[in-house]
Amino acid sequence: MEAGGPDTDVVISSRVRIARNVRKYHFPCLAADDIRNRILEDMHLATGKKEEFKEFSYWPMADLSILEKQSLVEKHLISPLLAGESKHGALLLRPDEAISIMINEEDHLRIQAILPGLQLEEAWKEAGKYDDLIESEVDYAFDERYGYLTACPTNIGTGLRASLMLHLPALIITRQTGRILGALSQVGLAVRGLYGEGSEIIGNLVQVSNQVTLGQSEEEIISNLSSVISQVIEQEKNARQNLLDKKRANLADKAWRALGLLKFAQVMSSQEAIQLISDLRLGYDLGLIKTVDHKLLNELLVLIRPGCLQLMTGRELNREERNIERPARIKQALERSQ
Amino acid sequence: MLCQECRKNEATIHIIKSSDGKQTELFLCEHCAHDRDELDFSYEPKFSLHQLFAGLLNQNLFNNREASSFPGLQCPSCGLTFAQFSQVGRLGCSECFTAFEEQLKPLLRKIHAGCSHRGKIPFRIRTKVLYLREIDELKEDMQQKVLNEKFEEAAVLRDRIRQLEAQIIDTGTVKGENQ
Repeated sequence: MEAGGPDTDVVISSRVRIARNVRKYHFPCLAADDIRNRILEDMHLATGKKEEFKEFSYWPMADLSILEKQSLVEKHLISPLLAGESKHGALLLRPDEAISIMINEEDHLRIQAILPGLQLEEAWKEAGKYDDLIESEVDYAFDERYGYLTACPTNIGTGLRASLMLHLPALIITRQTGRILGALSQVGLAVRGLYGEGSEIIGNLVQVSNQVTLGQSEEEIISNLSSVISQVIEQEKNARQNLLDKKRANLADKAWRALGLLKFAQVMSSQEAIQLISDLRLGYDLGLIKTVDHKLLNELLVLIRPGCLQLMTGRELNREERNIERPARIKQALERSQ
Repeated sequence: MLCQECRKNEATIHIIKSSDGKQTELFLCEHCAHDRDELDFSYEPKFSLHQLFAGLLNQNLFNNREASSFPGLQCPSCGLTFAQFSQVGRLGCSECFTAFEEQLKPLLRKIHAGCSHRGKIPFRIRTKVLYLREIDELKEDMQQKVLNEKFEEAAVLRDRIRQLEAQIIDTGTVKGENQ
């Protein structure tokens, strides 16, 4: 993902995903193999008719190696569920990777838009555009009362899941996260770690998403999420300023030490790397260190993950080998950018 | 120690599984662990929304003894039984919503902001859905007028309802609307 976008010092990315099913077929979990093949064919046909899909690449899961699938999961372009669907799952991907469409995941279609910074409305517009294009060719499962019908009733209605990846180091350092994240769950938002449901918070990265999909319009869901998040952003920025006023030297030291370790360490776990990238990011956002930028920091966040690391190296690596390869790749990326 | 699966490579992964109070141990090499999906490379959640939903369902059934079993309740289209659904939390097809509607409604109310869709409507049935929504509202209004003995006003609403109903044809579209 490219860097840029509003409030990018706190919001790393905005993601909108919409779930859709074709009326005439059983949902993927119950559909027989031939039906799932027909869904793939139908989607191929539907998107093939549209000029807007010409530039997309098509990736059947069966043609991808475990490592390729793992790296797509790490880049949030496919879900672990689709990665495990080796026969009938497929991905349609726009070259800039901002639009990805999963076929035969939990629902027949999962259309996702991912943009840098706080751009939920734009992400919804983008995903909605491709939804309209497919909808003009395909009869979606839709009920007058319950809206778009999905395999899991938690997605019914709009089928919309909007989420933001937030970097909240100052709120976490100042131990305010419990209070704020607790408040978020009270207003119907789900808070999770880096890799979605059930994952712990590492590297001060937090994912916030809507839970309600029925009874509110897409615009309401997105504007609620945006307005609540703008308050979290404000709080994080205040906490950062406060820290900067009181602990400037310590913060600068932390960021420069992080850079030093990222440049010169020889063995590094992904957990340590994510924490160091977070420290460096905070230093950059506070203007204490200028030798990096968001594009590089985002790139680092992806390349340190096991799948991407092994894909870059071109072979499978065990944990020890990855811990050696990781700092080498980080060093290369840092040197290349300077 | 050698891998228990292939008995060739050195076992580097030790897995302890605990279920129903019983513990089982496995010593595998990385390859076999991968093949058996024992290595969770995917960050797949241990606790998913489906499980949460299935839990809510079971809780609801448990709390309501009369409804605690729905023998024979099954989706006529895909064959999914309600018992199966309450285990996995996932529906089999679009008809399941009708088949299990009564059971689903209280749960939808619990997890969502109500039970009626207010968002996007597919273009090809947009007019029909908007007409149906208007008909629902008019019917409520009409009943209110009848209760208040405002029969002339109720008759105007009735005519409007009939007019809208006549516009809707079974194919999911509205007369005069282009497919």
